[in-house]
Amino acid sequence: MTTDHDHALSGAYAVDALDADERARFETHLSQCADCRAEVDSLREAAALLGIADEVGPPPALRDDVLAGIERIRPLPPLTREPATVTPLFRRLPTLLAAAAAVVLLLGVGLAVLRPWSDGTEPPPQLSAAEQILRAGDATHVEKAFPDGSQATIVLSRSQGKALIRTKDMAPAPDGKVYELWLQTPAGKMIPAGLMPDESDTTYVLDGDAAEATGVGITVEPDGGSEQPTTQPIAVFPLES
Amino acid sequence: MDPVPGEPAGVPHAGAPAGGHGTDLGALLNRAARGDKAAFAELYDATAPRVHGLALRVVRDPAQAEEVTQEVFLEVWRQASRYDAARGSALAWMMTIAHRKAVDRVRSAEATTRRDLAYEQANQSVEHDVTADAAHASLEAHRVRAALAQLTDVQREAIELAYFGGYTHTEVAALLDLPVGTAKTRIRDGLIRLRDTIGVGR
Ligand SMILES: [Zn+2]
Repeated sequence: MTTDHDHALSGAYAVDALDADERARFETHLSQCADCRAEVDSLREAAALLGIADEVGPPPALRDDVLAGIERIRPLPPLTREPATVTPLFRRLPTLLAAAAAVVLLLGVGLAVLRPWSDGTEPPPQLSAAEQILRAGDATHVEKAFPDGSQATIVLSRSQGKALIRTKDMAPAPDGKVYELWLQTPAGKMIPAGLMPDESDTTYVLDGDAAEATGVGITVEPDGGSEQPTTQPIAVFPLES
Repeated sequence: MDPVPGEPAGVPHAGAPAGGHGTDLGALLNRAARGDKAAFAELYDATAPRVHGLALRVVRDPAQAEEVTQEVFLEVWRQASRYDAARGSALAWMMTIAHRKAVDRVRSAEATTRRDLAYEQANQSVEHDVTADAAHASLEAHRVRAALAQLTDVQREAIELAYFGGYTHTEVAALLDLPVGTAKTRIRDGLIRLRDTIGVGR
C-alpha cells in the first residue's frame, strides 16, 4: 500500500533524517516502490556532494589501522541469489515451523537468548517503537546466524506486546519477492506481521500483538506479501513463554 | 589473495559523476571486492579526506570521528561486492555508508552526552587541518556552492541541519519553527533542486 505520505519521505531518508521507526517503515515502502528507490538513489548522489568543502585528511596512523584491519576481514561474496524454489501452497506451516525450530536447535547455529542490555542512561524524551522495545525491562533477544554470514535477531517485549527484527548482511529477496514475517499464536496459527524492508541491515518492528506469540517465522512471498505462508520458512525463531 | 591484473581503466558508470579527483572509484571498488588490497589502499587515499571530513563535521569529536572513519572503510572493504554501479556512483555509495554511521553515532545515547562537550574543541580545531586539495576539488566545490545558493533559505537550512547536524526531519521542523511534517518536504524539494542543478543521478 502506498500513500503520498510515504513518497514524501524519500529526501529525509536519503539524508538519514528519519527516526528508527520511520526508517523501518519507509524501507518497507522502498521494497515495493521502484520510483522511490530511484529517487533515493539520485538524491544520495546530490547529498554525497554536500560535504565536498569539508575535506579533512585523517591522521596517517588511521590508514595503517584500516589496512591492517582489512587483513582480518573477508569481503562478502557478491549477491548471486537464484529465485527461491516455491513449494506448492503450504498449509502446514506450524508443524514445519516446529520441525525447523528443532533443526535450528539441533544444529545450534548461533541461537542464543541474551540478557536485555542497559547502560544506565536516561532514555530520551521521545522513543520510537523500536527503541521502546529495545529498552523494555523484559526485552529478550533471540539471535540466529546464517551460513552465508548474515545475522538476524528478534527482540521481544512481552509487556509491550511487540517484537522487532534486526538484520545484518541479509541477502535481498529475489526479484519480485519479499521476505514476509509471521507471528505464531499459541494455537499454532500464523499471523502476517509485515514485510521486511529491502535493506541488508535493518531494524523493523513487527505488526501485530506479540504478547502471546510462540515464534517468529520468515518466508519468501510474492511482492506485496501473502495472507498466509505459501513457502517453507527460511528462518524460525522460537520465543520462550 | 593476489591483486587482479588487467582491469579496464576509466570505464565510466552510467549516471556516475566523476567521483573525486578523476579516479575511477567504481573500478577500485570492484577490484577491492576481489580482495585487491592495493586497489583498496588507492580507494582509501582518494576518498579518506571526504569520508573523514563528513564524519568530523557530523560527529564533531575528533576521536569519535576517527572511529567512524575506520568503521566506514572496514565496512566498505567487507561490502565492496554489494556496490551496484547501476544504482549510482561509488562515491555516493561510500558517502551513504559514512553518513549513516556518523548519524547513528551521534544518535546513540552515549555519544549524545559527549558530543556537546566536544563541540567547542572541534569547532576551534577543525578549520586548521583542512587539506584543501587540488584545483579539481575546488572547481567541483564551487559548483556545489552555486547550486546551494539556488535553494531557498529554508530548503538549505533544513538540508544542512539534517545532513550535517544529524537531526531528524521532525527535529529540523522544531528547530526552524516549521509546521510538523513540512521539513521533510523542504528537504526533499531542496535535494531535488540540488540534484537537478548539479546534474547528478539521472
Ligand atoms: Zn514511493
